[in-house]
Amino acid sequence: MRKTLGALAVVLLARSLTIHAADLDTVEQRALPCLPCHGKAGRAGPDGYYPRIAGKPAQYLLNQLINFRDGRRWFPMMNYLTERQPDAYLAELAEYFSSQKLPYDSVSAAGVPESTLARGKVLAKDGDEAADLPACSACHGDNLLGALPAVPGLLGVSRSYLDAQLAAWRTDLRHAKPPDCMATLAKRMTPADIEAVTAWLATQAVPEGMGPQESVRSPGECEKLK
Amino acid sequence: MKLRVTLLVVLLCVVAAAAVLFWPPRDREIGEAPPSLSTALLEGVPRGRALVTLGDCEGCHTVRGGHPFAGGRSIPTPFGTFYSPNITQDLQNGIGRWSADDFWSALHNGYAPGRKLLYPTFPYTNFTRISRADSDAMFAYLRTIAPVPAANREHHLKFPFNQRWLLAIWRGLFFTPGVYEPDTRHNAEWNRGAYLVQGVAHCSACHESRNALGAVRSKDNPSGGLVLSWYAPTLSSSTEAGVQNWSETDIVTLLRAGIVTGEHQGYTFGPMAEVVYESLQQTDAADLKAIAVYLKSLPEAARKTERARVGLAPTAIPIVMSTGQQVYKDHCARCHGDNGKPESNVAPALANSRIVNMNPSIDAIRMVLYGGYAPGTQLNPRPFGMPPFYPTLSSEQIASVLTYIRGSWGNGSSPILPDDVEAGMTGPLW
Repeated sequence: MRKTLGALAVVLLARSLTIHAADLDTVEQRALPCLPCHGKAGRAGPDGYYPRIAGKPAQYLLNQLINFRDGRRWFPMMNYLTERQPDAYLAELAEYFSSQKLPYDSVSAAGVPESTLARGKVLAKDGDEAADLPACSACHGDNLLGALPAVPGLLGVSRSYLDAQLAAWRTDLRHAKPPDCMATLAKRMTPADIEAVTAWLATQAVPEGMGPQESVRSPGECEKLK
Repeated sequence: MKLRVTLLVVLLCVVAAAAVLFWPPRDREIGEAPPSLSTALLEGVPRGRALVTLGDCEGCHTVRGGHPFAGGRSIPTPFGTFYSPNITQDLQNGIGRWSADDFWSALHNGYAPGRKLLYPTFPYTNFTRISRADSDAMFAYLRTIAPVPAANREHHLKFPFNQRWLLAIWRGLFFTPGVYEPDTRHNAEWNRGAYLVQGVAHCSACHESRNALGAVRSKDNPSGGLVLSWYAPTLSSSTEAGVQNWSETDIVTLLRAGIVTGEHQGYTFGPMAEVVYESLQQTDAADLKAIAVYLKSLPEAARKTERARVGLAPTAIPIVMSTGQQVYKDHCARCHGDNGKPESNVAPALANSRIVNMNPSIDAIRMVLYGGYAPGTQLNPRPFGMPPFYPTLSSEQIASVLTYIRGSWGNGSSPILPDDVEAGMTGPLW
């Protein structure tokens, strides 16, 4: 009897939830609540803070959505929108944004001292052995657009977002599974180095048509940090 | 001066007399002794799990990212912030030392071991309806929850609400313990629904208004409740959340899927979406049908009178309506349709919508400000969502579009002012 009732409910529900305009029954339509902050197709935000999510590795995006949902990463709007959504649905949204490859306007570096940009470039591309800091590109990809499966790209995001993330890693508000390399490195960086590297990263053009590289170049690099 | 001292002494005497009168709790009732724990554990656990799920104990007793049942979630109220306690089996912080009698006392009488009076944020005013057998089953299930040594956090309450002993007086005024008594005028299914709705599901904890002292006051003022920055509409009015003229199937669908479209339209958001996701979608179909039968039978309350409020000057209305119409065309019409009647099911109809026309209007305001997804239930695993508009629209624009919607297509509700929108920005997202 109970099973029959349940089956009946499912059948009636399936009927009542039929979408009449099939062209709106899409993942794009479902992703609309993300766009006021993350911009058209996840490109960037209206107030210069919210990060680009288009073209980032799907597994990275899914990890973040689950972290927001389950209280391992904090931003009220993200916690609110992701709660009570199953993994499979979050994965579908992550795949959608990951598959978007869009051209970006480059950001002017006007007003940032040349020496700051130069120092930032060194940190991003070469690292600083004396300061015990590997290059960002060691994990985030040679072109800094991330690496599969789950390392995010660092270009096409605003400086204030990058600053906020490094601050969050330094203060343990943001964390990853061990080895939590970003926490170690962010705490090791001086404020001047953070300023330099975020200034340089935020003003680089996003290479058109390119995405995350296939794998992390030096997966062992991180282990050495410990 | 002398008069003041006298008054103070008199007041103290009254308070002391009240305390003597109501303390120790005059209403202590102990049901029959429980069956031996091992039997209870063996036989009660599955039923207890179902009841604990329907009551969504885990919802309040778990903080986001924390261990289930280990407590710590904040419950903001007008009296201050409550923090739910740890109800895992931890001996130090949880309820690991509790007996089935202790658990019954908490549910039925509202006090913890040591006669610690409990605040009615823990809805023992509902749980007192639960039978002793069901209380034991719930207790047996909770015995299976692994201990988590999470320390409890003190409530952060304003004076005088932080004076726990005053609850003795509150209880005398507003609380009468008593297990649900079946109503012989109705059949078993209706009684099952009434038992669940009034008891373990504690619907009235949110769906009924509370008086200045936090007691549910539905009888003299049929109205929903303002909770957790949302308005939980009353179930006894078909202009709010009443389902008197719905089919049982539609009611069950709304409770299980979190959304129903078709003849009747219903969407769950905010705290109710949590109830659907964590609790109702897992509830036994026969119990949900019983709940539907009971909810359908609730008497239709007299339409409440709207409190007089500051409105728009008549000359301002055409201007606001035309601004609102433009905002609607630019931001809303694609999904909600040109005339508040969408062509698809991606978004609810706004013409003759209950949430649109409801007062207090906080839910409609919060939906425009913060948007949100319906819960991703097993029956609706890929819900559509409403975008948040606080990043792109001003309070004036949001007020004008809501005024336009509330004044168009057969809707006939009062204008929304920018101040109303700004008042909707407080409180946590839920």
